[in-house]
Amino acid sequence: MALTTAPGATRRPGRPAPPPRQLAARRAGLGRKVRDNLTGHTFLIGAVACFAVFSWYPMVRGVVMSFQRTRRGETTWVGWDNYVRIIADPSFWTAWKNTFVFTGLALVLGYAVPFFVAILLNELRHAKGYLRVLVYLPVMLPPASALFLFKFYAYDPSEAGLFNAVLTALGLPTSEWMQSPTMTMPAMVLASTWMNMGGAVLIYLAALQTIPGELYEAAEIDGAGVWRRIVHVTIPQTRLILALLAMLQIVATMQVFTEPLILANGAGTQDSATSVAYLIYQHGFFQNDLNGAAALGVIMLVVLAGFSAVYVRLTARQD
Amino acid sequence: MSVPQYRKVAAAALAAGLGLSLAACSTKSDDSADAGGKVTITVDCQPVGAQKELLKNWNDDVAEFQRQNPTIVVKSVSVGEQCNNPPDFTARLAGGTVTDVFYGYMTDLQQVLDSGQAMDITEYASKDTIGTWDSVDPALKEVFTDGGKLYGIPVKNYSMGLVYNKALFQRAGLDVNNPPKTWPEVRAAAKKISALGGGVAGYSEYSAGNTGGWHFTSLLYSQGGQVLSADGKKADFNNATGKQVLQNLKDMRYGDNSMGSRQLLQWGDLLTNAGAGKVGMFIGAPDATQAIVTQFQGTYQDWAMGPLPGQGGPAKATLGGGEGYFFKKGLSPEQVRAGLKWIAYQKLTPGKGQFDYARAKPQNYPVGLPQPLLFTNGSDAQKQELELRKANANVDTTNFAVFEANPVPIKGEPRNAQAIYAVLDAAMSGVLTNPDANIDALLKTAEDKVNQLLAAGS
Repeated sequence: MALTTAPGATRRPGRPAPPPRQLAARRAGLGRKVRDNLTGHTFLIGAVACFAVFSWYPMVRGVVMSFQRTRRGETTWVGWDNYVRIIADPSFWTAWKNTFVFTGLALVLGYAVPFFVAILLNELRHAKGYLRVLVYLPVMLPPASALFLFKFYAYDPSEAGLFNAVLTALGLPTSEWMQSPTMTMPAMVLASTWMNMGGAVLIYLAALQTIPGELYEAAEIDGAGVWRRIVHVTIPQTRLILALLAMLQIVATMQVFTEPLILANGAGTQDSATSVAYLIYQHGFFQNDLNGAAALGVIMLVVLAGFSAVYVRLTARQD
Repeated sequence: MSVPQYRKVAAAALAAGLGLSLAACSTKSDDSADAGGKVTITVDCQPVGAQKELLKNWNDDVAEFQRQNPTIVVKSVSVGEQCNNPPDFTARLAGGTVTDVFYGYMTDLQQVLDSGQAMDITEYASKDTIGTWDSVDPALKEVFTDGGKLYGIPVKNYSMGLVYNKALFQRAGLDVNNPPKTWPEVRAAAKKISALGGGVAGYSEYSAGNTGGWHFTSLLYSQGGQVLSADGKKADFNNATGKQVLQNLKDMRYGDNSMGSRQLLQWGDLLTNAGAGKVGMFIGAPDATQAIVTQFQGTYQDWAMGPLPGQGGPAKATLGGGEGYFFKKGLSPEQVRAGLKWIAYQKLTPGKGQFDYARAKPQNYPVGLPQPLLFTNGSDAQKQELELRKANANVDTTNFAVFEANPVPIKGEPRNAQAIYAVLDAAMSGVLTNPDANIDALLKTAEDKVNQLLAAGS
């Protein structure tokens, strides 16, 4: 395709292309910069190679595969067929619904609880270190081990299960937990929050400790109670950290996979635990459909990238 | 050396080291023949370290085989205790890292062909390379054949029946020599067994990890049903037969409360419970008892087996399956012949390898199970294998006498088995976890999904 626009024509008005001598000087400057930072660039090779081989190449390959089909060892280009097929999969919308429900519940529980736990820990005068270790302890457990603990001890549907034993002792009705379609998601979020909140609590604590004590003193003098101090001092002062963790939380929880795989043995009762990531796994590794799995992976990437872009724009405006 | 120079040298060394590391990651296989004219083949499914006796047997077999065939070198690769864990198997196929001769299930042919890893071995498989080839059941060869071309060698075959715990039968006052022959009888027995209490399930069933669909298929076959229409293009289980299968389970689970409270079970979950003496009955192949004993701490004397029950009489069919070895595309003719000779030695010769019953007898592995059903009835190989099995039996063969004496017609697994099983898991989990499950709706949903899968050709 021939270029119909002269080079430089797309530059912003008011910023004309630099004259040739200036360009040559810039190139020489670039060469000097590379030479000056040769050591740094050489050290970067390792990290760049690792990212290229283990992150970027698989992503590009995934996008390519999503437009191909391999049958009998022959790979052909099939356009959007894999996307059409994967969207028509009856589990497609169920998986998205489940994923959004998990993300929403995780945002309510897994995002808010660590924040208030951090505030509580920050306010304590005694046993601070001990409690911090206690809160962080579950993070040190391998996720699979933690989830198996929940599966076999906490969520046992019989009355011997930990949670059911507690409910029985309190005279409350028991639950079938992972075997109940309505309890599957809350149970997964509960386990996930317990497993992961330690890291978020520590980050919040670090942010809380940067808030100058004078702000709280001033608020107290003005007659602000605990709740008003949280709303008018703590939250505004930790806004950036809160915003960052919200985004990380959403991106991470939308890729939920280990929880359904271990707690619900995959799909759970009547697909109630099937997440998008698990559906990708199901197509790729159980249904001999790596191309369909790649297409679903790309859809997920686009959704997450779109969400992140909107989020970044919104927070940039706020700042 | 000045500091900047030192940094540059360190950086260069790091880059060079990284390059070498990446080069070392290359998966290029060894040359098939070395200068001495030896042929090397890699073979997977070597037992894992925890299976000490099996591993020693395998290594002894390799040593003896190489002694008898000095021009062949067998390099063994272990791929886990369950040689074909579907996700791992798919990853190896997709990544092209399967061994020269690789293990697979009978349902894997299509996937292996699609991956482009399968080699046509039609011209190599004969009496010359496998002495017992003419005795191998033609129906099993057919399973590994596509478009008239042979792509794999069968090495194990099973059919399902009703596996039951004799100790629990006795405690429940049931006749250990007369297992239930119909599903209503299974229901009645399950009720009595679960009445023993202590968390015992009278009858246990899978509903997750594709195993629910697998067993639904077998239960459907027992009622005379089929998963797919004869042309393989439509789902064929949303009918009275399919409903009966799910209704039976729902009645036992919620009508009688005889299936235990823990559901969403998959392979290891059910067998763990069985090993702990918490399962009265389940459907499975004879070697399920081997898994219960060797992996889940059960005992052989507790377990017996009857034929798969039917609804109003004997089962109309039972599900059969099995395993075999494929050959990786691109092998030299010498490698294919060497691979076939190895399989012949280790898997298909009475008295050797898996049929070395004299060796297995004192070990903790059962001799006397009515499996694997590899050879044609009346063939020389079958006669030899049966004689050796009888002479060296270390399990009470009467425990399997009812199963053997009442053969049920064997029916193979459907096309796209694993994908279909994944869909049918939802129907199974539905009736086993929801007392208000709508069986018609469950079957309709599963039918729509399977039809969609078939239409997509995935």
